[in-house]
Amino acid sequence: MQKFSALSLARQAIGGHLGWKPQWRSVAPKPAYDIVIVGGGGHGLGTAYYLARQHGLRNIAVIERGWLAGGNTARNTTIIRSNYLFDESSSYYEHSLKLWENLSQELNYNVMFSQRGCLMVAHTVHDVQSFKRHVHANRLNGIDNEWLTAEEAKEFCPPLNISPNIRYPVLGASLQRRAGTARHDAVAWGFARAASDLGVDIIENCEVTGIMRAPTGEVTGINTTRGDIRTGKIGVSVAGHSSVVLGMAGIRLPLQSNPLQALVSEPVKPAFPTIVMSNTIHAYISQSDKGEMVIGAGTDSYVSYTQRGGLHIPAHTLEAICELFPMFRRLRMLRSWGGITDNTPDRSPITAKTSIPGLYVNCGWGTGGFKATPGAANLFAWTIARNEPHPINAPFTIERFRDGVMIDEAAAAAVAH
Amino acid sequence: MTKQYRIPGRGRVNTARRVTFTFDGREFQGYEGDTLASALLANGQHLMGRSFKYHRPRGVVSAGSDEPNALVAVGSGPALQTPNLRATQVEIHDGLVAISQNRFPCLKFDLGAVNTLAAPLLPAGFYYKTFMWPRSFWDKVYEPIIRASAGLGVAPTAPDPDQYAFRYEHCDVLVVGAGPAGLAAALAAGRAGARVIVADETAEAGGWLLSDTTSRIDGKTGAAWAREVVDELNAMPNVRLLTRCTAFNYGPHNMVALNERLTDHLAHPAVGQPKERLWQVRAKEVVLAAGALERPLVFDGNDRPGVMLATAARTYLNRYGVACGRRAIVVTADDAAYRVALDLKDAGVTVAAIADLRPAPDGALVAAAIRAGITVLPNTTIQRAHGLNRVCSVELAQLLPDGSVGKGHQWRADLVLMSGGFTPSVHMFSQSRGKLVFDEELGVYVPGQSAERERSAGACRGVYRLDRVLEDGARAGAEAAAATGFDGSAPQWQTGDLDEPGRGGFAGALPRRGKGLRAMAFVDYQNDVTAKDVKLAVREGFRSIEHIKRYTTTGMATDQGKSSNVNALGIASEALGRPVEKVGLTTFRPPFTPVTFGAFAGHAREFLFDPVRRTAADGWARDRGAVFEDVGLWQRARYFPINGEDMEAAVRRECLATRSAVGIFDASTLGKIEVVGPDAATFMNRMYVNGWTKLAVGRCRYGLLCRENGFVYDDGVVGRVAADRFHVTTTTGGAAGVLNMMEDYLQTEWPDLDVWLTSTSEEWSVIAVQGPLARKVLAPLVDGLDISAEALPHMSMAEGSICGVPMRLFRVSFTGELGFEVNVPSRHGRRIWDAIWAAGEPHGMTPYGTETMHVLRAEKGYIVVGQETDGTATPDDVGCGWAVSKVKKDFVGKRSLALPALKAPDRLQLVGLLTLDPSEVLEEGTQLVARPDEAVPMHKLGHVTSSYFSATLGHSIALAMVAGGRARMGETLYVPVEGRSIPVKVTNPVFYDVEGARLNV
Repeated sequence: MQKFSALSLARQAIGGHLGWKPQWRSVAPKPAYDIVIVGGGGHGLGTAYYLARQHGLRNIAVIERGWLAGGNTARNTTIIRSNYLFDESSSYYEHSLKLWENLSQELNYNVMFSQRGCLMVAHTVHDVQSFKRHVHANRLNGIDNEWLTAEEAKEFCPPLNISPNIRYPVLGASLQRRAGTARHDAVAWGFARAASDLGVDIIENCEVTGIMRAPTGEVTGINTTRGDIRTGKIGVSVAGHSSVVLGMAGIRLPLQSNPLQALVSEPVKPAFPTIVMSNTIHAYISQSDKGEMVIGAGTDSYVSYTQRGGLHIPAHTLEAICELFPMFRRLRMLRSWGGITDNTPDRSPITAKTSIPGLYVNCGWGTGGFKATPGAANLFAWTIARNEPHPINAPFTIERFRDGVMIDEAAAAAVAH
Repeated sequence: MTKQYRIPGRGRVNTARRVTFTFDGREFQGYEGDTLASALLANGQHLMGRSFKYHRPRGVVSAGSDEPNALVAVGSGPALQTPNLRATQVEIHDGLVAISQNRFPCLKFDLGAVNTLAAPLLPAGFYYKTFMWPRSFWDKVYEPIIRASAGLGVAPTAPDPDQYAFRYEHCDVLVVGAGPAGLAAALAAGRAGARVIVADETAEAGGWLLSDTTSRIDGKTGAAWAREVVDELNAMPNVRLLTRCTAFNYGPHNMVALNERLTDHLAHPAVGQPKERLWQVRAKEVVLAAGALERPLVFDGNDRPGVMLATAARTYLNRYGVACGRRAIVVTADDAAYRVALDLKDAGVTVAAIADLRPAPDGALVAAAIRAGITVLPNTTIQRAHGLNRVCSVELAQLLPDGSVGKGHQWRADLVLMSGGFTPSVHMFSQSRGKLVFDEELGVYVPGQSAERERSAGACRGVYRLDRVLEDGARAGAEAAAATGFDGSAPQWQTGDLDEPGRGGFAGALPRRGKGLRAMAFVDYQNDVTAKDVKLAVREGFRSIEHIKRYTTTGMATDQGKSSNVNALGIASEALGRPVEKVGLTTFRPPFTPVTFGAFAGHAREFLFDPVRRTAADGWARDRGAVFEDVGLWQRARYFPINGEDMEAAVRRECLATRSAVGIFDASTLGKIEVVGPDAATFMNRMYVNGWTKLAVGRCRYGLLCRENGFVYDDGVVGRVAADRFHVTTTTGGAAGVLNMMEDYLQTEWPDLDVWLTSTSEEWSVIAVQGPLARKVLAPLVDGLDISAEALPHMSMAEGSICGVPMRLFRVSFTGELGFEVNVPSRHGRRIWDAIWAAGEPHGMTPYGTETMHVLRAEKGYIVVGQETDGTATPDDVGCGWAVSKVKKDFVGKRSLALPALKAPDRLQLVGLLTLDPSEVLEEGTQLVARPDEAVPMHKLGHVTSSYFSATLGHSIALAMVAGGRARMGETLYVPVEGRSIPVKVTNPVFYDVEGARLNV
């Protein structure tokens, strides 16, 4: 792997940058692998990377229907935080956050993880009670989260409108200072490059069409648009299409796929120092390094795979943005788009074995999977390599929906961005 | 000075009306009808902006919404200065203030331009490869520098005072674009009688016809013809023509959003006039007539101010009467640029040469140019443009037979016009999810199979010659109208003196001599993406066009790649060794051009942000100085301070008064659902965990509603009004959700049940009269109804009247005291409230708010759904296991409640907590642990859900959910807070009147 550094950049500059090699090998599928990861998004590529790096496995392929990281990895608003309510969730997300903190160095790829803090704004007495519960619970778990008064919140984020004369005045906010954002494409490309360097085959434009199984039940391979591939272990990491792929093996997942929209403004000079989330009035905003205000909208309530939603959803979000940041009313929407989120009934993910030997699934991340990218990849790799979950992801089974052992962050936070 | 580049006798600006404006503080003059770009060009000012990354000096390239370079801030003051507007779209008016962006200290001399020197170190994606060492420098050094140098304009810092409006509309035919195709389509559809909306993003309908002075339609100039068509359209009652109105979002089922700009062009807008209006149009048929965009050429120095699109120069000349320079060089791969050269020559501009990339250009226009004495150089490319803040010369060079480039010659020029041919504007078509197909002959993508009831017409589908454009538009309009039931014929026109544009074109980077390692040939001007960057991306393995876009950021600037995408595609195609049609396009994302946030938000600001729901007694409470809280959309009185009391003092007083005498409380916000029908009891049995069959008419029951997962969703008292009629109450916040859930089950699971559900939340005003004296207050008012303990015991209800008004009276209590809830039709709510208040005042009646309500119920251990429960609590967890029917065969949640996990003994259970220090009030949301000295992560046993100081009991109380809590009575647990742990004793959650004696008096 060519090392990335200021020095290598300077050296290549002399040669007009003609000496750079492909960042990953995009190859044709071999007839067989030990492990095939279906889905070349951040989670899937990361899984392959950790399988190779931490579990010493080499004969691995990642197959991707389109181009790498073209799904939700490329479509989310990149909020990374770990201040979830329940112990199971917060330890999962914290595991991820810790990996984020050194990911650029680990991958030798600048993923621009920027710990600018995340303010979650409270507008009602109920919000205050709920957020304080989060703060106290997180603190006892060793996860940073603190309560700010409205004035303190404004000091941390000067554009915030804390006027008492708005419809839902800001009553305070919780703040996780270690939260942040990252450059989403870079995460996937960084994992792809590092995995490829460790021998992982990255196969693009290859769609899975079936899952092959032995008479005894275990998986034996996959059918793809580029031919059959034999393998004993399949890790499925395909977000909104999880139900479709697992359906090929006859497994029904408790998932509902809904469009989720996001948008950016035109780029402006630094005007917004942090991330602000308001679950009550549906506003999620940060400013990218490029200067665009990155804004998450709500979920369209109908079930769909179309990667677009109704205009009223982002319009509603912009109402909230303009209410909380009335100086941004004259900014302009540059681009908007939609992704397909895979939502579980308790809005917590599944990272687990399935009932079919050799078939593993990492899905159900709903509206908040980006933040979990390295953590989920890391634990999914563990689960596949050892055929048993790591203690952190052990609670995140499919069976919990049958058994009623929910990790209900939806109930806790109303949304799980 | 003003007339420096203005050509008399040309242009459509009103030379009788002079307009004064400033750019970067300097005063300029233009004419009414000028854009900022045309007015500055008339003053010889090409330099209008700086690029994003290298801060290169940039001039205007286009004359429309595809402009990548000339971005300015317009308006003055912290609230009104709007960044990133295109000078080509800004219409000037007296007093307009425009400022250049992304430069320091000034536009002519920008220190940021040192980045150009560092350009070799800053290729595409350089930031992924560096800034990683040392780790700590990222947050503190590198990222702040990156952020400060990124961004274009400056965001406003004060709230926007302007208004924005909405309009929803239906029509038969929506025509997008009012150029020749759009006007022809609108005319055809309008004459057929269809309801037509035509939207055009510019100030004047006519499109390219306003720039084309040579073609004739029915013997008239294009502009004159357009004027007549516009007049006819405006005279039709069934047609609405909208200018300054951009169709920007093509949603499913022909839902198209338009953004109309109403005041930006006015010096003095009327007070209260909205700045913009967002139209959401549901069209039966859509005609896309969006035109085509000319492509720039990619060569070294193609970003020098004075290098611009050929047709843009024609627009400036013929529409605005401005010559963009004195001495022009034209570089083209298309015939259209020859007409530009002829027009310019005619206007007195020297056209030094036309360099044509094609080996043997032979059209009529080529011959005309040669006849006019213009030097035409076939088979010639441009090697480089020189100049800093303005182009001063170019090097033209012969294309050799082997594909290489020969020796060049310098040509002096202050204007370089380029034409790489035309790209159909397929953005809206693509947004509609129509399928694009590659047209081999034109070398561009054009609309293929439509996904919506939509048709494209004219240049946006690669039809360029005016007679065909008119015919195409008229046919599309007539067909669209016919599809909606309005038959008419397509109008026809005689055309003459037509040009033949679109015969040629070039996509990609121009061939050049030498490797060009130091060349700066821009593909995406605004984002400073060069041809080398695109090649580098391919070299580094980014083979999908989406990857190339993301890695280089080409097409991601504020013009969204309108002028750059096809060239980027051409370069990528060559680098990949794959034909263009195999490489494909990136997704076209809405909006077509940027749309103001305020336009989406509309009137939704401050108290219009969300509806406010108020009760009938709202005014009474406000008159008494109540402090309110938001609960859902409702505003509820939280407490009633007197004499400057704080909340604590007011609540203490309200609690004591209610417990000792009587309180009055507005419970109107509770949700109410009338469940009626022969199967009403069956329905209730299936929905709620309780049994309803045996509930007698006139009796009430506390109902608990779970979701399928067995967790408490809502609660409320339900009264049986008749055998087939239940009066169901819900929580305030849960009202809509419960009704939806009920309807969902009724309509999808049990359509066989004969039940009607009606929300009556707003029909009934509910006045709670609570306290030992409650009966004394109400008895004289209830028109003879016997409300004695015997006639109307606790948890019963009666219908009657109060002060002559129909009433449902519930004997219920959420305070633990003798209590009634008076339900009267809301229109009488205030009158009855006043009557009860008048009757109660002599008894010392005290109004109380939600905070006191919370304290009183907590003293009794009554739960609040959403406070004690959080979507993870079963009825048994919150001490309501008694409510769950053991005999019913099924109800929502029954299966889940049977799961071992939901019956586990260590589940969180509702308990009471008492602090050792009676004055210590715990914070809600704090956690409970058994071992306060444990290191993090600590083992948590639960959390405090409700916590108050009880004036009645003289000490603080708290409710908590604790693991296996009911088995921990008497145990001491700890509440760790900042710096200490508070010991608490686990108790029964009922703190007051455990036997319930006070309820049954």
